[in-house]
Amino acid sequence: MNPHQDATSGHEHDHNDQEVNHWSEAWWKHHGTHQPHSFWTKYVFSQDHKMISKQFLITAIVMGVVAMSLSTFFRLQLGFPGQSFKILEFFLGKWAPDGVMSPDFYLSAITIHGTIMVFFVLTGGLSGTFSNLLIPLQVGARDMASGFLNMLSYWFFLVSSIIMLLSLFVEGGAASSGWTVYPPLSALPQAISGSGLGMTLWLVSMVLFIVSALLGGINYVTTVFNLRTAGMTMWRLPLTVWSFTVTAILGILSFPVLVGCMLLLIFDRGLGTSFYLSDIYMGGQALHYSGGSPILFQHLFWFLGHPEVYIVLLPALGLTSEVISTNARKPIFGYKAMVYSILCIGFLSFIVWGHHMFITGMSPFLGSVFVFTTLLIAIPSAVKVFAYLATLWKANIQLTPAMLCAIGVVSFFISGGITGLILANSALDINLHDTYFVVAHFHIVMGSSAIFGMFAGVYHWFPKMFGKMMNRKLGYAHFWLTIISVYGVFFPMHLIGLSGVPRRYYNNESFAIFDQLNGVNAVISLFAFLGAIAQFIFIFNFFYSIFRGKKATQNPWKSTTLEWTTPVEAYHGNWTGAIPEVHRWPYDYGKPNGKEEDFIPQTLPLEEGEVDAGGH
Amino acid sequence: MTTFLVGLVIILVVIIVARIMRILELTEELCPQDDAQEQQKENNWNAKILLAFLVLMFSYVAYESFNYIKFLLPVSASKEGVISDKMLWINFGVIGIVFVFTQILLFWFGYSYVYKKGKKAFFFTHNNKLEFYWTLIPTIVLLGLIGYGLKVWNDIMLKPAPDNAKVIEIYARQFDFTARYAGNDNKLGYAYYKLIDGTNRLGVDATDVTSHDDILSTELHLPVNQPILLKMRSQDVIHSAYLPEFRVQMNNVPGMTTQFCFTPTITTEEMQKITKNPKFEYIMICNKICGAAHFTMKMHVVVETPEQYNEWLSKQQTFIASMTK
Repeated sequence: MNPHQDATSGHEHDHNDQEVNHWSEAWWKHHGTHQPHSFWTKYVFSQDHKMISKQFLITAIVMGVVAMSLSTFFRLQLGFPGQSFKILEFFLGKWAPDGVMSPDFYLSAITIHGTIMVFFVLTGGLSGTFSNLLIPLQVGARDMASGFLNMLSYWFFLVSSIIMLLSLFVEGGAASSGWTVYPPLSALPQAISGSGLGMTLWLVSMVLFIVSALLGGINYVTTVFNLRTAGMTMWRLPLTVWSFTVTAILGILSFPVLVGCMLLLIFDRGLGTSFYLSDIYMGGQALHYSGGSPILFQHLFWFLGHPEVYIVLLPALGLTSEVISTNARKPIFGYKAMVYSILCIGFLSFIVWGHHMFITGMSPFLGSVFVFTTLLIAIPSAVKVFAYLATLWKANIQLTPAMLCAIGVVSFFISGGITGLILANSALDINLHDTYFVVAHFHIVMGSSAIFGMFAGVYHWFPKMFGKMMNRKLGYAHFWLTIISVYGVFFPMHLIGLSGVPRRYYNNESFAIFDQLNGVNAVISLFAFLGAIAQFIFIFNFFYSIFRGKKATQNPWKSTTLEWTTPVEAYHGNWTGAIPEVHRWPYDYGKPNGKEEDFIPQTLPLEEGEVDAGGH
Repeated sequence: MTTFLVGLVIILVVIIVARIMRILELTEELCPQDDAQEQQKENNWNAKILLAFLVLMFSYVAYESFNYIKFLLPVSASKEGVISDKMLWINFGVIGIVFVFTQILLFWFGYSYVYKKGKKAFFFTHNNKLEFYWTLIPTIVLLGLIGYGLKVWNDIMLKPAPDNAKVIEIYARQFDFTARYAGNDNKLGYAYYKLIDGTNRLGVDATDVTSHDDILSTELHLPVNQPILLKMRSQDVIHSAYLPEFRVQMNNVPGMTTQFCFTPTITTEEMQKITKNPKFEYIMICNKICGAAHFTMKMHVVVETPEQYNEWLSKQQTFIASMTK
């Protein structure tokens, strides 16, 4: 592809060799052809980023199925309260006597559903899969900076996943104080049955999860900053890599705070300290805790918790940018504005956490500051949305399943984002806080957008992962059923929230004013079941295509980025020859150059007189 | 046994579906088609569905909203709620416009710029003027919304409670609320959790004279048009005292006191007429997950004329009387 490649690459790489000997070209020439042959080193204890990304993805799919099943179980209870369902009795056993879910299990189910979806599917699953797969491939590196740490990152993730699943089976049930585990409820086993062993396992699992996230994050950032191939300046990075990098930095800065937060909770639970507890009378006696503050926990938790929203969302938006540009056959509009928006969102995400706490008794003045910073985030978000729309304008769109999912992401990002304006407005939050309006908002903006971003990523990069194509028709069916069920489920929840219905209620029977909502709740549940069924289409398609899918070509989407210059068969080291060099930005789609092909790979040198449209 | 059979059925179904897929693929291979042409066909019908989905989505949103209007909370029963409700609907107006406008563009572009062979997309990398305006306009709109929001927040939360505000404590525990009226001196007596026992459920200090005229009640009675200063405490875990009809909410946090000041403006009787529901009653509900019976935790709230209120209050026992009984 590039006639100068062999002549120049050796020279250009001298500089890199000194910095990272491990993957230097000299090292590569010596060891490069040695591919792992044993089953264990290839599939299990693999240090190849591509294999690790598949391990993350498949683990996340398993976790996702568990979390989704839990949601269908509690939607049975919420849509049809008190009715007996054989299926609940079958799956839940003693937690659903006579086929009716118990209130204790209901709370465990919502807690574990939230925890798994936020952390295991949308953080571990999304970043773990796509940062791992795409960072080395798109920046032109043989592997991650440290393959070993990367392997550890997956194994910590797996162990923490297993512990989280095990916690569902312990005496007293899994953690049940909501995924935000506010103390004192989560600190005192006598307050709720799930705060016993279940909560301990939850905390252990989360600490291991954070270790995994940090090992991954350090690797991603190091790789992007140090292992870019010749010519790959920061302004030539695809937006995927930009968003993965900012995501990893957010994680590195905020997850340690969550570890601190969890440790103090562990101390309060096990050692009798009073970081979060004070003045509590429970079970007929005054407890000894004194001087702590439950609000401190919320500050620490949301200091991670809010960046976490963007840790979930940014990779999805990064994948979306790439998928939209490729399939629209048109450069992403305002590449630099997109990058600055990502950086801006990343920065602001650290100073908005208080908007989760407007009515905790936090100083109303401090609340005003958080209103201001929170609403500012809407500006870079709006810029991103307009840029997506401008990219689609006068495009030439291939509506592949990945592209449809990416359009879905933009649709959800708008629908969920605008209700954020309502909730960020503290005076309005007084009445909407902790109602179904909040549930609807974050399920659309971070749940559905991020999961659709993940779908888009899987459909688009499946050929790179497995060397096969996924079935498109099943993809369309999956996409349309899912988007219909997302709006079907979550739109009415806004209305329920406006009626003042609190989230995390086992049923609404204690309140006459909510009686009239039973019909709506049943409709929501039916859409939820439709959505769940649709996911089995995806899972079937995924596993079927791994074994039976049509064989992929090297560059099936006619894409410009580096990952499509590697061979179809996965190869540890990514390129069998020298690493290609980069000569232009990643979005040369449809560039008027008088040729028939509507894309120019990044590896192709600029022609005489041609200007790099990225500006660098 | 059932588990085994269910598992077996699931496995069989998966195998059957996989076989059907295989058959379909083999038949396709018998009469091979150009994949690009196939993709073009799929593009065209997906484009049509995009448009149909847009119409469907708007219809669903409109239909559900229209049907639902009667279930929304009735007019706010507090002065503060009226101003925040007004802002809510103005905000909905703004975001509604953004929602309709951007979704139409998104799906319409998806439909109308569908792939045509041989065509090249318009190579449009950036446009500073356009980007400047679409950054500036949201910024102006947002600054407006922020300013308006902060003004309302300021009026509700930051202004000191008026001197004549009646002080009432809302004391939460798993799984009920208790109200403590400050009595004639309008001062709540000191309370401490280690003083709690069987007769003194709130741990009120009987040696503090301001506590003597305090009145405990399991129902919250409020005089209409009288500023009320609610002081929140909790005995065990975090609860949240939420009065949806008044647009009032504040967490009850163990170890500290929080507060909310508001003025109820509509009596229960009047609200029964407004909602045309003779059984209508105000409630306070717990809106922070607080344990297994969280979903049942509530307190009955009555707003009445000052005369009715005083009559009710005069029938209640004072704290000191209940302790010396």
